[in-house]
Amino acid sequence: MRHTISLLVENEYGMLTRVAGLFSARGYQIDSLCVAPTFEDGISRMTLTTHGNDHVIRQIIQQSRKLVKVIEVWDMTASPHVEREMVMLTVSAKMGDQRQEVLSLVEIFRAKVVDVSEDSFILEMTGNREKITAFIDILRPIGIQDMVRTGTVALTRVAAVKARQIQIEEEGEEFSELTLNEKV
Amino acid sequence: MKMRGARILLEALRCENVKHVFGYPGGAVLHIYDELRLSGEDLGISHYLVRHEQAALFAAAGYAQATGQTGVALVTSGPGGTNAVTGIANAFMDSLPLVVFTGQVPTHLIGNDAFQEADLTGITRSCTKHNYLVKRVEDLATTIKEAFHVASTGRPGPVLVDLPKDMTAQMCEFSYPETIQMRSYDPPHFAPQKQIKRAVEAMISAERPVLYIGGGAIAANAHEEVRHLAERLNLPTTCTLMGLGAFPASHPLSLGMLGMHGGYWTNMAVDNCDLLISIGARFDDRVTGKLTEFAVGAKFIHVDIDPSCVGKNVRADYPVIGDAKAVCRQMLTEIDEQTSSGSRIQSREHWHSQIADWKRQHPFWFKEEGDIIKPQYVINELRRITNGKAIVSSDVGQHQMWTAQLYSFEEPRQWLNSGGLGAMGYGFPAAMGAATAFPDQLVVAVVGDGGFQMSLNELATIKQYNIPVKILLINNGYLGMVRQWQEQFYEHRYSQSDMEVAPDFIKLAEAYGVPAVRATKSSEVTKVLEEALSRPGPVLIEMKVAREENVFPIVPAGAALKDMILA
Ligand SMILES: Cc1ncc(C[n+]2csc(CCOP(=O)(O)OP(=O)(O)O)c2C)c(N)n1
Ligand SMILES: [Mg+2]
Repeated sequence: MRHTISLLVENEYGMLTRVAGLFSARGYQIDSLCVAPTFEDGISRMTLTTHGNDHVIRQIIQQSRKLVKVIEVWDMTASPHVEREMVMLTVSAKMGDQRQEVLSLVEIFRAKVVDVSEDSFILEMTGNREKITAFIDILRPIGIQDMVRTGTVALTRVAAVKARQIQIEEEGEEFSELTLNEKV
Repeated sequence: MKMRGARILLEALRCENVKHVFGYPGGAVLHIYDELRLSGEDLGISHYLVRHEQAALFAAAGYAQATGQTGVALVTSGPGGTNAVTGIANAFMDSLPLVVFTGQVPTHLIGNDAFQEADLTGITRSCTKHNYLVKRVEDLATTIKEAFHVASTGRPGPVLVDLPKDMTAQMCEFSYPETIQMRSYDPPHFAPQKQIKRAVEAMISAERPVLYIGGGAIAANAHEEVRHLAERLNLPTTCTLMGLGAFPASHPLSLGMLGMHGGYWTNMAVDNCDLLISIGARFDDRVTGKLTEFAVGAKFIHVDIDPSCVGKNVRADYPVIGDAKAVCRQMLTEIDEQTSSGSRIQSREHWHSQIADWKRQHPFWFKEEGDIIKPQYVINELRRITNGKAIVSSDVGQHQMWTAQLYSFEEPRQWLNSGGLGAMGYGFPAAMGAATAFPDQLVVAVVGDGGFQMSLNELATIKQYNIPVKILLINNGYLGMVRQWQEQFYEHRYSQSDMEVAPDFIKLAEAYGVPAVRATKSSEVTKVLEEALSRPGPVLIEMKVAREENVFPIVPAGAALKDMILA
């Protein structure tokens, strides 16, 4: 099963290689990885997605916790949380119908046009993995010229119920991460 | 007061109460060696010049195993560091507290393929508990403090501190932090009471329990508590290779060593138990044999300070996360609690007599053959002559297994060897490290002819410092353990395991100025051993033993414990 693991780490030289090295030395997979500083000085957060059975996931968590400069490790998948990825795509958009079609997809997916040229757009969208994959799939026949996609970032809901209400207000029921999680 | 980085390093070592450093100089560490010359003596630091960096690490590891204190090694950049890697990996596998200082090219040259540059923090990342590259001389003292703290607490391990040459030359104010606070590092001590309670319930009600003790119990200095626990609950107790000495071999509850070369009765007890109580052991494949057939009827209590060990190889029915000593004490209190509220401790007579029967059926055994020296006989004589009291280190191979089986270790820290990594070349330098700490005790290095040839350059070191190591060379003219596997599992096809071509070890030792004696007949063994062990200073004792003796029992690789071969 796919898991999203979040690590709070001291932002020290070589920290990324310590974590990545642990994964390769012990034969765990990294499907995606995001690292950036947090609001706290000297502390970074790594979010990575991986897959494996319960035994493997448990080992991943325990082994990464053991790294001396890792402060805490969470399996986000175990509790209600919000996940996001971002994608940027250069999509063919010739004058006329094609441009209109792309723009209406942008509207439906709540994406953004961030650059416009004569025959293409650069689009940006954030969302969970499934939504991003759906967006890519639907744009594919129109013509994706280039694409870049971040790894997953995730935050735990402090109070799931309260958070759920906020999310429903913001996004509407159908895009609620929580409903997606519950289905899994 | 301002002082150069090299001095700060030595001052820090003094603050850490370091008295022995094993090392080898080179360009990148010249400031440190200069400072050692200037102030080492005043600071109470003795440096031992080994003849290969690997030996510096093994000596520091032997020192750590024998004393429980953090061992310290100092080597230069590039080849000095790479030569040390095996020793670092060894300490990592056996959870030994080491702090390793490596030289590095000056900070402004790092990354330029400078002369004798190697990315030592990169190379050692996966075989250190943690490592540091010091980039500001202001960080030097705190980094050293942190290094010693990390190496010696929790599950101990080697920590490497990489020192660019300019860091040891620059001047800085020295102040050594008294304590260290690390948000990301806080090893567990006591286990949650709930875990203790459940585990103790199982221990009291078990019908066929076995207590299984690993090196972690020694690291935690938990041997007394372990013994109390065993005696309180009447638990047959086995030790891993790394755990030997944590429970007295002569104790009526002792089962000796388990695993690939464990006793028949020991492995049968483990195979048939209904509760296996593991303390500071990690269910290594050399212990369990085929996992799916390991102690199939048993529940597992797994006590470990490292949560990643628990549930890694076998499912832990009762995980207990904490320091072995603290946990044993918690368990003893909980036992009192539960027995005073009515739980009865069983005598389990049937179980004990069953184990005694197994032992009677197949004790350790070897065949005497005329005047040919049997290696097992040598170890038996070593035990008898030394009253089982020597500090014994061994190398890796058949001689290691015979020593583990037959020496009967009574005390923790009496047995030094390379368990997890199984690194040939360990035994002699490790004994050297231990002997520097205990110059008045008998320290014996049991080595094979193969492993000795990987470390014999250290004869010069023991000669130089008059380190009184007694080297007991079990010379079978073979890489014996390899030969045994080739005999048993490859139909006698001995491939590259014959080492009959070797130096005359007596002449060799004498060339180094180390006295040496030899026995070639069984009838000579006692006299040769007695005389050599009673002389002061270093000595080499060569035993020309039966060439094709095998270690029994043996659990073939990947087989179940119960399928061990007995003879
Ligand atoms: C550095 C290293 N290389 C290879 C091995 C594999 N190995 C294990 S035991 C052994 C033979 C050791 O021979 P010797 O030192 O003569 O001891 P004996 O088994 O004959 O007692 C070998 C080659 C090892 N453990 N370590
Ligand atoms: Mg040999």
